[in-house]
Amino acid sequence: MISLAAEPIAHIGNIPITNTLTDTLLVDVLLIASAWYVSKKIAVIPSFFQASMEIVIEEFYKLTESVSEKKAMLIFPFMMTFFLFIIVSNFSGLFPIVTAIGFFHGKDFTPLFRSASTDLNTTLALALVSLVATHTMSIYTLGLKQYIRRFISYKPLELYTGLLEAVSEVTKIISFSFRLFGNIFVGEVILGLLSAISAFLLPIPLIFYEMFVGTVQAVIFSLLTMAFMALFTSPHGMEE
Amino acid sequence: MHTTITITGGIIAAVGGLGPGIGVGLIGAKALEAIGRNPDASGRIIPIMIVAMGFAEAIAIYSLVFAFLG
Repeated sequence: MISLAAEPIAHIGNIPITNTLTDTLLVDVLLIASAWYVSKKIAVIPSFFQASMEIVIEEFYKLTESVSEKKAMLIFPFMMTFFLFIIVSNFSGLFPIVTAIGFFHGKDFTPLFRSASTDLNTTLALALVSLVATHTMSIYTLGLKQYIRRFISYKPLELYTGLLEAVSEVTKIISFSFRLFGNIFVGEVILGLLSAISAFLLPIPLIFYEMFVGTVQAVIFSLLTMAFMALFTSPHGMEE
Repeated sequence: MHTTITITGGIIAAVGGLGPGIGVGLIGAKALEAIGRNPDASGRIIPIMIVAMGFAEAIAIYSLVFAFLG
């Protein structure tokens, strides 16, 4: 049975090195390596790998452009990074070899890697990055005055809606982090339960379902980030 | 006489799954209706439908997390 908290596999001083941290590093290395590999030999007639990467990037860029015309160059890197990181980390827990490497201590088995999204710390960090980036972008593009105007106004009704908007920023962190964490964590738990019943054949359909869920969650996270960034970089209200 | 009621994982998952179940059904029904009205738009409707279903499903997942914990 998978435990809620990420299991520490080593310690540096007082800081535990958890298996989700190692998975995060693995995902990072994978992404950076593939980015390096693609950019090293860009050809006019692309190879299969380059072409497939180009399709993904292009489709998402088109989508970003359709939502926010002029700010696409600013928003796109964030949403694409979120998408790639989340989808690779979601999938990393589903590959059979990745979670099988580990060590026993006593009777418990601690895998060396565990899908990064099954740690609430990771998803919370992603949510915070998304939120801080959104607000920084809002101040950067609109100016501080316009930004504050979204939340505070001297008109009573707008003050009320501004207050609601401020509260929704806090709930956004919770919903962002728990949605991703919950989906992937529960998927891992169900996979573990089914594997305990029969490790052979039974979990296979569910692995495909979890791949679907992982993709959908990555899309949802990046699309929501993009939507909020587009919303926050456009001027607020209908004063004109 | 004093009885204590313990809410177990099964009840949490059952009650928590009720709303999202209805929600996913409604989303699917409306999406099918929309595709029925305009079959050419299915390519644009289905991705939005899946994302909306993901939102509805996330609420069920919250209760499922608590069901496993509780």
